[in-house]
Amino acid sequence: MAASEMIAHRDLGSERLGRVPTRLPGRPRRVASLMGAPRWAARTGGALSWLVVVVGAAAILLPFAWMLGVAFRTNADLYTDPARLWPDQWTLHGVRAVLDQLPFTRLIINTFVFAGGTTVLMLLFDSMTAFALARLRFRGRNVLFLLILATLMVPFQVTLVPVFLTIYHLGWLNSYQGLIVPRATSALGIFLLRQFFRQLPGELDEAARIDGAGNFAIYWRIILPNAKPVLATLFIIQFAALWNDFLWPLVISSQTQMQTLPAALTLFSSQSGVDHAALMAGAAISLTPLAIAFLLLQRYFVQGVATTGIK
Amino acid sequence: MAALTDSSGLARAPARGAVPRRSSRRRFNSAYLFVAPSVVIIAVFIAEPIVQSAWMSLHNWTIGAADNPFVGLANFTALWHDSRFWNALRVTVTYTGVVTVGQVGLGLAIASRLRRTTWYSSLLRTAYFFPFVASLVVVGIIWKFLLDPQVGLIDAWLSALGVSSPPQWLESTALALPTVIAVGIWKNVGFTMIVLLAGMQQVPADLYEAAMLDGAGPWRRFTAVTLPSLRPALLFTTLIATITGLQLFDLVFAMTSGGPTFSTESIVMYLYEKGFVEFQMGYASAIAWVLFVIILAVSAVQLRVARSRDGG
Repeated sequence: MAASEMIAHRDLGSERLGRVPTRLPGRPRRVASLMGAPRWAARTGGALSWLVVVVGAAAILLPFAWMLGVAFRTNADLYTDPARLWPDQWTLHGVRAVLDQLPFTRLIINTFVFAGGTTVLMLLFDSMTAFALARLRFRGRNVLFLLILATLMVPFQVTLVPVFLTIYHLGWLNSYQGLIVPRATSALGIFLLRQFFRQLPGELDEAARIDGAGNFAIYWRIILPNAKPVLATLFIIQFAALWNDFLWPLVISSQTQMQTLPAALTLFSSQSGVDHAALMAGAAISLTPLAIAFLLLQRYFVQGVATTGIK
Repeated sequence: MAALTDSSGLARAPARGAVPRRSSRRRFNSAYLFVAPSVVIIAVFIAEPIVQSAWMSLHNWTIGAADNPFVGLANFTALWHDSRFWNALRVTVTYTGVVTVGQVGLGLAIASRLRRTTWYSSLLRTAYFFPFVASLVVVGIIWKFLLDPQVGLIDAWLSALGVSSPPQWLESTALALPTVIAVGIWKNVGFTMIVLLAGMQQVPADLYEAAMLDGAGPWRRFTAVTLPSLRPALLFTTLIATITGLQLFDLVFAMTSGGPTFSTESIVMYLYEKGFVEFQMGYASAIAWVLFVIILAVSAVQLRVARSRDGG
């Protein structure tokens, strides 16, 4: 009896069913879920759904594999046999060509300065404001918080035209300060950090104050160290978003020397007769930092998406 | 706690060159120093531009023009009669609707399949989530050439399978938008999956055990336990998908630049054309405000529906 039930569980292909009896050894085994569905149908259904999920995952990864293949083969090879995913002969032609046809090192530096500089300033300013909103009292605090929440609702495109004009009048077009300063605070970051800081026990501040610590010392030595995981998560998510940002750098930087990778690659890709190997090598290089960070720090990416998601 | 924080915070403030206030016994509160950088940036680069954008939408505002005359609501009435805008609206709404349903539906299906953590489901999750780290434009560029009739893998494979004339994916006015939509779903499905998986982890196991005791099969457990528990996560992913869908720009810019013959031109794409190619910035501002109102309205309806379901 027990043996046949175990086979039945296996046949269903449902992991959860298989797990429940092992977790609760004292209780009678439950086969209720078998009711209504013949064993072979459940088995085929389970296998089929796994097949679909695996094929789907392959379809997700295939374009990236193809990108790598094109990046490391000659264009002649590509035109001769476009049906082949991988090159016959691997070549660094594409990498050399993209370094040649675009100021590629400069673009990488620009993207690092833009994404890194903006994220660092953003986390600093957001956490300072969030600290004041969550742990200090001052006149206008609630109004300020409501105003910050209100700006969250307004889409970025509404402010794009006037901000462009402001940057133009400041003479900041095609400059790092033009790219970074307007983005150096984020209402969402302030909001998330405020929620987190509010959850930290008040005794932390009180003990520090008794020891004679001022607001700045409390912020820097008590609150920030306690928020390290949250700050790391926010850093990764914001850095990734800015590294991939397109419309903003496209509008602010028109000179190739001051562009970031997404904008430069897109404009490069729309040239007629573009060098495919160079383009895909450029795309692959621009993807590499985040891909490595993702594979090493996947937990932070998932956490970032999930915490900003479930709240 | 708040009061204690307040008084002790104030007591410490004078140590750092406080400015005494005239009409109050309170002295300078260093909290203002903490909020100052964000407040200045938000004021100059978000709040003031919102007002300025509304102001500009009421003017015939061209960059470099000697005069930018006030035209009242003329930009908005012109938009109402602008068939290119209505086309962009149709494209944007179609994209948003199909991508939202597609990414939430598929994300839910994949998440329920990969719910249990094993080494192979972790690998599959990583694969599905991977496009999240790629920029929309890199994704757009890859797909644009993947679908290229000359060098693309897709058409090459189709002709290897015996398809004599593969579809003109991005060159056809009929197929370009569905193709962009498919790529949009491909890019976003992993995001939805991750958020829903996180939601599923929070469903108490007792609920499933109770449902099984009651004789509920896998499908019944899914509809009676998983779905109701996932409601906040589903609402969140739907809202995010809708809001980002209505702001469609990067993917279209990289894949089709809005073509062929405007068949994939989105609202933001049109705004970009008007504002930053033709420099009709008053008109572009009017488009931005219409977009804002659409996003507000759609989000409000979704929240409303979610709330009424919660009540009922």
